[in-house]
Amino acid sequence: MLATIILAPLVGAAILGMFGRRMGERAIALVACSAVGVSAITSFVAFFTRLLPDADRRVHEYLFTWINVGSFRSDFAFLLDPLSGIYILFITFVAFWIHVFATGYMHGDKGYWRFFAYLNLFMFSMLTLILADNFLLMFVGWEGVGLCSYLLIGYYYDRDYAGDAAKKAFIVNRIGDFGFAIGLMLLFLKCGTIFYFSNEPQGVRGAFDWAMAQATEPLAASMIFAGGLTTVALLLFVGATGKSAQIPLYVWLPDAMAGPTPVSALIHAATMVTAGIYLVSRASSIFVHAPTAMLIVASIGAATAIFAATIGLAQWDIKKVLAYSTVSQLGYMFLACGVGAFSAGIFHVFTHAFFKALLFLGAGSVIVGMHHEQDMRKMGGLKKYMPLTFLTMAVGWLAISGVPLLSGFFSKDEILYRSFTSGVLPEPLPKILWAIGAVTAFITAIYMTRLMALTFFGKERFAEGGHAGAASHGHGRDESHQSVTPPGVGPDEHEHHSGPPRESPKSMVLPLMVLAFGAAFAGYLGVPEGLSGGAIPNYIEHFLEPSIAHPAAAAHGADASHATAGEPAHAAGADHTTEWVLTALSSVIALLGIGLGYVWFQRKPLWEPPRLLEEKYYVDEVYDAALVRPIKIGSAKVLWKVIDVRIIDGAVNAAGYTASLLGSAMRYMQSGFARSYVAMVVFGALLLIGYFVIR
Amino acid sequence: MEKAIFIILAAVAVASALNILLQRNPLYGALSLIGTLAALSALFVTLRAHFIAAIQIVVYAGAIMVLFIFVIMLLNIPKDQPQVDKQKGLRYLAIPFAGLLIAEAFYVIRSVRPISMPPVLDADRAVGTTWSIGTGLFTSYLLPFEVTSVLILMAVVGAMVLAKREND
Amino acid sequence: MVPLSWYLGLSALLFTIGAVGVFIKRNAISIFLCIELMLNAANLTLVAFSGFFGDLGGQLFVFIVMTVAAAEAAVGLAIIISIFRNRESLNVDDVDALKL
Repeated sequence: MLATIILAPLVGAAILGMFGRRMGERAIALVACSAVGVSAITSFVAFFTRLLPDADRRVHEYLFTWINVGSFRSDFAFLLDPLSGIYILFITFVAFWIHVFATGYMHGDKGYWRFFAYLNLFMFSMLTLILADNFLLMFVGWEGVGLCSYLLIGYYYDRDYAGDAAKKAFIVNRIGDFGFAIGLMLLFLKCGTIFYFSNEPQGVRGAFDWAMAQATEPLAASMIFAGGLTTVALLLFVGATGKSAQIPLYVWLPDAMAGPTPVSALIHAATMVTAGIYLVSRASSIFVHAPTAMLIVASIGAATAIFAATIGLAQWDIKKVLAYSTVSQLGYMFLACGVGAFSAGIFHVFTHAFFKALLFLGAGSVIVGMHHEQDMRKMGGLKKYMPLTFLTMAVGWLAISGVPLLSGFFSKDEILYRSFTSGVLPEPLPKILWAIGAVTAFITAIYMTRLMALTFFGKERFAEGGHAGAASHGHGRDESHQSVTPPGVGPDEHEHHSGPPRESPKSMVLPLMVLAFGAAFAGYLGVPEGLSGGAIPNYIEHFLEPSIAHPAAAAHGADASHATAGEPAHAAGADHTTEWVLTALSSVIALLGIGLGYVWFQRKPLWEPPRLLEEKYYVDEVYDAALVRPIKIGSAKVLWKVIDVRIIDGAVNAAGYTASLLGSAMRYMQSGFARSYVAMVVFGALLLIGYFVIR
Repeated sequence: MEKAIFIILAAVAVASALNILLQRNPLYGALSLIGTLAALSALFVTLRAHFIAAIQIVVYAGAIMVLFIFVIMLLNIPKDQPQVDKQKGLRYLAIPFAGLLIAEAFYVIRSVRPISMPPVLDADRAVGTTWSIGTGLFTSYLLPFEVTSVLILMAVVGAMVLAKREND
Repeated sequence: MVPLSWYLGLSALLFTIGAVGVFIKRNAISIFLCIELMLNAANLTLVAFSGFFGDLGGQLFVFIVMTVAAAEAAVGLAIIISIFRNRESLNVDDVDALKL
């Protein structure tokens, strides 16, 4: 059953990859959507008929042993437990609707079949990543999603910026994957297995069972390089920073917006970028024994959250704003993991998948409606032209801003509350992290309001200067092509280049409405207990308990049975007053941000943000100067001119020269007479026999 | 007695083999090879390989050698064909090579332990009878046996393709 | 009782004669006959070991060698026929195209 979930998209990808070129758009759309649809339905069935009745909440499915060398073993086997269960549910669900959206969005593109083949392949890799029951198989999926991400970012391969962005994403991800791979090897070295959990029928030991039996390492900087659990955790986290776009490896995600918008929604907002959170949560039993790593995860998460949020405040490209917003929200999730509230992080992943996918698809709808214009300076007043897109996007906007009773409110609030009361980190760190998170929430509300105000409210600005793409607003600023993607997507862009904005077709609006529903109500699965007074149980948190190690269990020494480790964190947060106060505070922050943003950007929609923010703190330039240039110069001056030309080419040429010299000497042996060949064979046989006789 | 029979058969085999080398005409060479094959067949009998001895005569001497003689007759090489020998040196290389080969072989054979043949317990089903060969071929050696049929099929097709005249 | 080494010695002798024949003969058919001789010498060794150890494997291998010899004779003679058609000669020294 689990194999069906994974293989359905692979079959789809294979069909599309092999025969898609000769198929019509409708057939392609049907194959792609039904592949993911089968996967989604099977996921739901598996979740409710296999996982929920299971007492241990662990469903193993073994296909075959993949590698078995010495003591190293890796299986092609799947594990469905609460963590992977939640992931496959929202991934397949959101992915299905994004596929439906894409059938409309990509209409008329000459690479229609290629796009959906890649998209299905991505689903296969992503589900492998999630459902793997050991780290190596997860790594396969991990690399697979990286590859598909690369292919899809560079989908418009005939444009330089898309190719560059794809390469950037690939290379930056490689840095993270390197850390992941080393962490994997170190983990294997320490505990001798790469399986998650022990599985008696298959005779495998679990790394997490081993980890839970270890003593908690002290909180000290020296532990980072000690080669213990802290080092393993940090190396895994390096992988997570690459995939989930955290400082310092976040730079690829904003550029990844060069891909088609459904890709941004699916891969770079809802699913792939949350793989890092998945990894950290999956390895929670390792992380809870490494407080140093937890501190670093929390700090990086908080820093990324506020850093990306401030940049998002100053972008003009509608997709760039959302990209930085994604980076910022991912920071939140890591903040949650770092303070030990893994389930809160997963909950935010869950809600974020809905509202961020919704926002991206809404942006895609706007882009199509605006005839492939992404610059918000040329939008405005669109709510009149695209009412459905406006309404659905408004739900996403309010949800991400944290307006009470929408999904984002619950998950974000949970994270903030948990970081405030975290018992993992020493005081006053939790308070500082909470403050950063709260400020970020405020900025988030502002920049999302700015996006909405610039796009849907206010004066219509798209008539000015036509659609030729020339910036005639008199900003006196040269637009770098990095911040504003050139207009024109697809082969038939010219026929779109006329007329007022219009509402998108049904196939695009329907997914928006479904996701808007999810964005509004997904949060009720995890209402914090303090808020409802226990009336509505926190389903998500209770449900995740078997998968997630709790810090308290680790703090009390080696307690191997983390699955039964008591009621999480509520020892610390027993008084619900704190929670109520914090909730009220963050609601006020959210509403304040929205109000301020609305008033400000209604009055001055084209207000120029500080140059520093608009240029993204010059991080790309700093990386270029500090890393890319030295590497380039080093490779040109040393690696190319000396090592390659002199040593490698020299060796190759010498080998060739020797061979040709030998050949010209041996040429005389080849006379063409069969009998002389026989003589050589006999002579060789004599030598061989002689060798064995004399030996 | 047995040694005397062996020496006679061995002498016949070696003499016919040497005759192949000495004869110019390949037809005589083929006939003397049949002599060697017959002598070897008799030797197989002394080694209790009755079935192999029989098919040595039937298949080898009977079928394969007849094919050789057919071809020799068919080609009908003219007697006055000029004898080209572009590699005279090989003739002088043959003697030392042969000597070396014999020397190496006998060096190895010297260290063979003197063992005797095992006694025959069940004459009907001993190793070498048709019963044992058949049982072996169709049980544990079934796959190689079937593969040889594929080989023969390939040989038949290959021979037909090669020997066909191209212009008809 | 004839010792095993005698059979092996006879086999070596026949094999050497075959090898020398392949060396010095120029007629393609004669070379072929010498190759058959070498195969038979090897067969003798196999049968000898089979008889002395009471192991059936050797004799079955001889069986397969005979099959291969038959196949080889069929293909080889076909090649000889087509060479003779093209070159009007059976002398292997006339056929020296076996090089680059």
